[in-house]
Amino acid sequence: MSREHFMYLKRMRRGERLTVAARVILLVLLISLWEAAGRLGLADPFIVSSPLRVVKTTVSLYSSHDLFPHILTTFYETVVGFVSGTAIGVAAAVLLWFCPFLRRVLDPYLVVLNALPKIALGPILIVWVGAGPGAIIVMALLVSTVVTVMSVLAGFVEQGNERQQLMQTLGATRMQTFIKAVLPASVPTIMSALKISVGMSWVGVIVGEYLVSKRGLGYLIVYGGQVFKLDLVMASIVILCVLAAIMYYAVAAFEKRIDRRFGRE
Amino acid sequence: MGRMDMGSETVASLRGVRLVYHEPSRETLAVDGLDLEVKRGEFVSIVGPSGCGKTSVLSLMTGLIEPSEGSVKVLGLPPREARSRIGYMLQRDALLDWRTIEKNVLLGLEIRRAVSPESKKKALALLGRYGLGDFSRHYPSELSGGMRQKAALIRTLAFEPELLLLDEPFSALDYQTRILLEDEVRSIITQGGYTAILVTHDISEAICMSDRVIVFSSRPARVKREFYVGLPGSAFERRGQAGFGALFDDIWKELREQ
Repeated sequence: MSREHFMYLKRMRRGERLTVAARVILLVLLISLWEAAGRLGLADPFIVSSPLRVVKTTVSLYSSHDLFPHILTTFYETVVGFVSGTAIGVAAAVLLWFCPFLRRVLDPYLVVLNALPKIALGPILIVWVGAGPGAIIVMALLVSTVVTVMSVLAGFVEQGNERQQLMQTLGATRMQTFIKAVLPASVPTIMSALKISVGMSWVGVIVGEYLVSKRGLGYLIVYGGQVFKLDLVMASIVILCVLAAIMYYAVAAFEKRIDRRFGRE
Repeated sequence: MGRMDMGSETVASLRGVRLVYHEPSRETLAVDGLDLEVKRGEFVSIVGPSGCGKTSVLSLMTGLIEPSEGSVKVLGLPPREARSRIGYMLQRDALLDWRTIEKNVLLGLEIRRAVSPESKKKALALLGRYGLGDFSRHYPSELSGGMRQKAALIRTLAFEPELLLLDEPFSALDYQTRILLEDEVRSIITQGGYTAILVTHDISEAICMSDRVIVFSSRPARVKREFYVGLPGSAFERRGQAGFGALFDDIWKELREQ
């Protein structure tokens, strides 16, 4: 390695470290400001809560054995909604790729379904599925499925004519064209669809819990709001942030692994 | 498969072909009264004004489209039935990014379910013979444009086609790469004794590469005139020869007088 290249790497690493440091400092700053606002009388801690109160609330939830049941309920609903929503969405996109006629017929239906705020279906779901985790999971599934179908199908269709023409001239069947050319080429699109659909599942679950639930983070938020315990609301939101981030990064890590397998870094 | 015998066996023939494209707003007569014959071992170029339906002729020969009238025969069969014996090289290499060069080359064999240790060895030997041996485990993104197009050619040759169709295979390359690759591809095709049809809009490329240059009329396409090249040497050497300029002028005149 030349000295020049060494210096280049050093500069680059320093840049990275600086970014991470700035992120941490920003977080610490925000938390301290929040805490200080309450203590210096700039804002009413009863209304805006404070980091210390959030920690205290979380600890008391934990010691009354309430914390993990709530977290696990929400987490379970989200994972089930996300996984089944994605599976159904991808399967539907595959089906529509194979049947262009069906795709043309269903196109306006998909557009309407996509434009419709799925929350509006909440009351119907409660009646049909029952007021329980079932309705919440179906809500998450609905919200994530439609997005997945639309974006994955767009990814499949986008796969240029060039490759399809190549496969055709090599005498490939439609199935072979799909398996060997279209599907692998669509992996990046599918992965970014997954990332969107993770977020969508959280939306579905929290909204579902707002409407109907006796347990879960969404329930805690609504309950906290109703009884004016903003510490509880804030604590639940902070936990939700952490959970959503963990799940997003899990999907991102999965994406990286898949990309490596497909030979693109 | 009887390469190298430069007999008079007809590999591809088009007789009285007429082709009409239908679009909602209009119909286009792309080809009309086209007669064309290519013998085994011949290397033929088709030149013509852009949009004259050159590529349509190749699509007719692979059975991707059907003629409105007339007959198309490849190896004495309807093109669809002969498809497994036709190799098609496109303008873009269309290599699959997630497969190594080796795996890309084996794609045709895979699709035909003809991968055997023997066929695989043969196909990979082509990589070595044409200077891509060291890159067989590389991904397409790690190769230059010229190397990629060469890999695409080897992919086409890997299943030992009896007729090669080349659809402007050099048009996406820079000039220098183009000259080098023309030279290489011509020697691969002539030494291998392949029968090939090259579609191009580049007159000098047609003269350098092939034995016979067919000039198409503007739309609707039919054969306007044929030229036998008859220049010795490689593609590159041909450029420097006395007959090259004269032939170029003749073809250019023919193209211009549409």
